[in-house]
Amino acid sequence: MAERRDYEDLQAVLKRWSEEVEKKLSKRPERKAEFVNTSGIPVNRLYTPLDNGDAGYLSEVGLPGEYPFTRGVQPTMFRGRLWTMRQYAGFATAEESNRRYRFLLGQGQTGLSVAFDLPTQIGYDSDNEMAIGEVGKVGVAIDSLRDMETLFRQIPLDKVSTSMTINAPAAILLAMYMAVAEKQGVPAHKLRGTIQNDILKEYSSRGTYIFPPRPSMRIITDIFSFCTENVPMWNTISISGYHIREAGSTAVQEVAFTLANGIAYVQAALEAGLDVDLFGPRLSFFFNAHSDFLEEIAKYRAARRLWAEIMKERFKAKNPKSLMIRFHTQTAGCTLTAQQPKNNIVRVAFQAMSAVLGGTQSLHTNSMDEALCLPSEEAVQIALRTQQMIAYETGVVDTVDPLGGSYYLENLTREIHDRAAEYIRKIDELGGAAQAIEKGFVQKEIQDSAYKYQREIESGERIVVGLNRFQVEEERPGDLLRVDPAVRTSQIERLRKLRSERDAGAVEKRLSDLKQGAQGDQNLVPLILEAVKAYATLGEICDVLREVFGEYQQVNTL
Amino acid sequence: MGKEKKIRVLAAKPGLDGHDRGVKVVASALMDAGMEVVYTGLRQTPAQIVESAIQEDVDVIAMSILSGAHDYLFPKVMELLGEKGVDDILVIGGGIIPDEDIPILKDAGIAEVFGPGTTTTEIIDYIRENVN
Repeated sequence: MAERRDYEDLQAVLKRWSEEVEKKLSKRPERKAEFVNTSGIPVNRLYTPLDNGDAGYLSEVGLPGEYPFTRGVQPTMFRGRLWTMRQYAGFATAEESNRRYRFLLGQGQTGLSVAFDLPTQIGYDSDNEMAIGEVGKVGVAIDSLRDMETLFRQIPLDKVSTSMTINAPAAILLAMYMAVAEKQGVPAHKLRGTIQNDILKEYSSRGTYIFPPRPSMRIITDIFSFCTENVPMWNTISISGYHIREAGSTAVQEVAFTLANGIAYVQAALEAGLDVDLFGPRLSFFFNAHSDFLEEIAKYRAARRLWAEIMKERFKAKNPKSLMIRFHTQTAGCTLTAQQPKNNIVRVAFQAMSAVLGGTQSLHTNSMDEALCLPSEEAVQIALRTQQMIAYETGVVDTVDPLGGSYYLENLTREIHDRAAEYIRKIDELGGAAQAIEKGFVQKEIQDSAYKYQREIESGERIVVGLNRFQVEEERPGDLLRVDPAVRTSQIERLRKLRSERDAGAVEKRLSDLKQGAQGDQNLVPLILEAVKAYATLGEICDVLREVFGEYQQVNTL
Repeated sequence: MGKEKKIRVLAAKPGLDGHDRGVKVVASALMDAGMEVVYTGLRQTPAQIVESAIQEDVDVIAMSILSGAHDYLFPKVMELLGEKGVDDILVIGGGIIPDEDIPILKDAGIAEVFGPGTTTTEIIDYIRENVN
């Protein structure tokens, strides 16, 4: 009863307070007539207990480790175990990347994250004409199991978890990883890691697709099914909002389009006859940590709640692990400035802090020089140190969801949840995520947001420090990390050597088995594994699949 | 003003790079500035870009790369344009391109290179001032 009277008192007090503040505005106006965050959500002057929703604490917020998981997926969060510090890295050759991984592990990094070059991501060997100019540039070039053996030399695969940013050819890289592990004597059921394997956002935002949606979804469900049986600790997919946000979406769109893609994968797996409570717990997610600090924290919390509701209500999942969004976060590359690049250290620190306060399971912090080039060793070290400072110096890890209960944060969490749910309804009406992408709806929404963001920067409405305000005359730093163009030549030489040394008959046999499997409805992963072990190259395997499945043609939404 | 021929631009993504946020933002801004823009979509070879440029009879080719493959792909486009005897198209580029590469690209015939932080207004002004 006391509480009720308290609320009535508060309403009266708040009314008086607001009137008094309004009166003073003519003399001391606020900085803007209207405050709106990046998702277009109005931001009020003040939030109080009156802004808490009607649904009540337990159904909207609840306790960590329990449905709807708004406050986190584990009951003790970082009091138990810190997040995995996982820097995305890889460039040039397998030797060079292997050296960088061992450097990072030596610096206290706790997981690996492999960046592949574009030819690898799009299924071309380094000697393919399409690969000229791209070999080893944005990641490591992997043509065959032999490169993969070099990449993980002296790295015990039963001790590290490895995330691989690989989508269309995800099954091939996973097969190579399993083959390397086997040679190290590590059984598949002990392997921990993630393949990105999220093709839908490649069509809408990231661009490294190969096959059309239908066969792509089949490969994905084949992987779900294979891993459930054989690689049970592996995250079979990382459903990624990161690239949707980098392509220009708002925070609300990031949540909505990511979860809509998630729904499409679950649906496809159910249609393939899989059990939601067997594959559901191995779905993982990947979000962006952008610059609006509180909006980002609210975003992670809203995404957790919304996914839990979707899995429980729409898909009738029962295993609590199926209901949890476990996610990786990377700070927003698109917010880094080439101007005054050292400012990026601070920018990244705020973004990383939002991810930690949002309850991330693993984190990549960008390096200050990434708007200019590939990160140098020094810049990567500072980025990793930033995470270590948050973990060991700031104290934010000592209680669960420390900002939970903030009137504004809870309100914003609800706003993002509701607005994302509304988008998902729209996508449902269009026939689901794959259809919405085929129709160009998702791409158009993203590109409109990107254009709006750019116009706000150019009009000065949005301030980016060092870019459109507080600029200085400066020289661009020289001595940038570059990839030697000779990488391609050395990869081509390795390929030539491989092709002359391997058992050509075995390769041919495995590739023709794969072709047959692809034409039928056999699970493709064991067939790919056999081909990989016979040292068939990534390009050869993808060529077989291209022949059977065809290639995706992008929808032009401009 | 009304009688003036609209400037035609081919917005192009050479190579395997999938980052198209920049090229789409620039294309939208050029359209809003009254230019006609044809966007190639992703994964264009230099030969495809040159062919589209000739077919579409453009005044400008605006290429975007963030993968680091500009060092090969930009000069290749210029070389192929040269082979076709085309010398009246203004070719510009943008993306993550280290300063030290810019003189090399300009030597190859790229008229201007726009890095991160460039405004669309700068690009529009540059095109208007430099197109034939």
